[in-house]
Amino acid sequence: MSVIKTEGLTYVYGEGTPFCKTAVDNVDLEIEEGEFVGVIGHTGSGKSTLIQHFNGLLKPTSGKVYIDGEELWKDKSRLRDIRFKVGLVFQYPEYQLFEETVYKDIAFGPKNMGLSDEDTDKRIREAARMVGLKEEIFEKSPFELSGGQKRRVAIAGVMAMEPKVLILDEPASGLDPKGRDAILAQIREYHQEKKNTVMLVSHSMEDIAKHTTKILVMNKAKVFCYDTPVNVFHRAEELQQMGLSVPQITRVFNRLKAAGVPVNDDVYTVKYAKDLILSMLGKDNKKVER
Amino acid sequence: MLKDITIGQYFPGKSLVHRLDPRVKIILIVAFIVMLFIADSFFGLGVGMVFVLGAFLISGIPFKMMLKSLKPIMPLLIFTGLLNILFIRTGEVIWKWKFIVITELGVTTALFMVIRIVALIIGSSLLTYTTSPIQLTDAIERLFSPLKVIKVPVHELAMMMTIALRFIPTLIEETDKIMSAQKARGADLETGSVIQRAKALIPIFVPLIVSSFRRAEELALAMECRCYHGGEGRTRLKQLKTSFRDYAALAVTAVFIAGVVFADKIDFII
Repeated sequence: MSVIKTEGLTYVYGEGTPFCKTAVDNVDLEIEEGEFVGVIGHTGSGKSTLIQHFNGLLKPTSGKVYIDGEELWKDKSRLRDIRFKVGLVFQYPEYQLFEETVYKDIAFGPKNMGLSDEDTDKRIREAARMVGLKEEIFEKSPFELSGGQKRRVAIAGVMAMEPKVLILDEPASGLDPKGRDAILAQIREYHQEKKNTVMLVSHSMEDIAKHTTKILVMNKAKVFCYDTPVNVFHRAEELQQMGLSVPQITRVFNRLKAAGVPVNDDVYTVKYAKDLILSMLGKDNKKVER
Repeated sequence: MLKDITIGQYFPGKSLVHRLDPRVKIILIVAFIVMLFIADSFFGLGVGMVFVLGAFLISGIPFKMMLKSLKPIMPLLIFTGLLNILFIRTGEVIWKWKFIVITELGVTTALFMVIRIVALIIGSSLLTYTTSPIQLTDAIERLFSPLKVIKVPVHELAMMMTIALRFIPTLIEETDKIMSAQKARGADLETGSVIQRAKALIPIFVPLIVSSFRRAEELALAMECRCYHGGEGRTRLKQLKTSFRDYAALAVTAVFIAGVVFADKIDFII
């Protein structure tokens, strides 16, 4: 069963005013459990609006959203419970920290779920470990931490709720390359360990290519495609037309192919590219794997 | 949603009223208020009403906006009217029931007061409809600049007003974002007792205040980087200039004030 399903989902901002704008237009989507979905799209393509529907922060102008088979907005009293199934980490989540200590801030979500102190404590430690926070900082104020650390605390705050679906809106933006890789690697580990569904909104094709199992491309409020990375990056030209790109390494290989070198055109990670080149040069005889 | 709140009620346009120098507009409003208060007859008030309704027509602001501006003061109007009707006991009695006495003078005074307040509100909302907040603060700064002599920091106050106005939409957006983020973490803002709800606001206010301070610091730094050092010797992109139409407007207003005085006299003679 699909964990997220939408039927004809449409959302219009400022309906009935001269400024009205359709941000999400008639989206039908089914996301299977356990996928790691990358969401890409130009600024203003409706990504952020779309993901805010998945945990009921926005009410569709028309259409339906099903989470785990249950229709959102059908029974308003169930909304909060369903919201716990879908954890949403906003862009720059460190600006939502408010508690006196890191520990209490991470505890905010689980406490709202009504968990016992014991369970809460277990989840906090687990989430902190996932994002690579040391327990020494638990009693510190979140405001004295560095930017990257704050970001981790905020992400841990959502992870501690152990949602079935974890959605992250550009979790790595504004971080240095090292912090960026670290956070993305931790999210990937979380996905592999928990076998939960993860959605990652990002502008970096490299990050998307490296981590995801499926890619959702949004263009002008509509879903352009929802497919595996190989199939999506195969449509390089179309992506470029809508102002998106493909990973650099894919561009390199496309150019090589255009220049007449007999290479595969399904290359989108550097690791795979390296293995492929080595095997072509005859320096490495093992079977090339993605 | 928070986004639906509109701050200020500026209605962009190119009418004569819009193009008047904002300083002149503020002076005209003051003159208009004087006009209303020296009028002590319905004739005088009538002249004032003609003045403000004429200005409204020229401005091209939709008529229903005028009614909209009156809506919030309805309770005040009713209250003033009732007080005057019920508590003025001199004059010819027109209705009596137990302890309630309504006199002719009471009714006319009530009507007079209500019309005066309505005219006041229409006039001042016309000012905010046709003048952008930035223009207004600019004009206030210039008009109060003589106070610099007695060390009133006029420029600084005006700059504070401008910055405050500039940041209202930003803060609303920020509040919206933080609310969404906390709701996503299961914050319950809609149910519970008053105390519970007040407590539920902590996760919203703390980040909001923190980010306001951060913004203030960044803004101060950015201003300093651009060598801002207060009002001394500062020039403006948009100079306020009075032109023929401003003097004409002043003249028309003066004529109307005279008209009010004259109308009162007529009333007296009749």
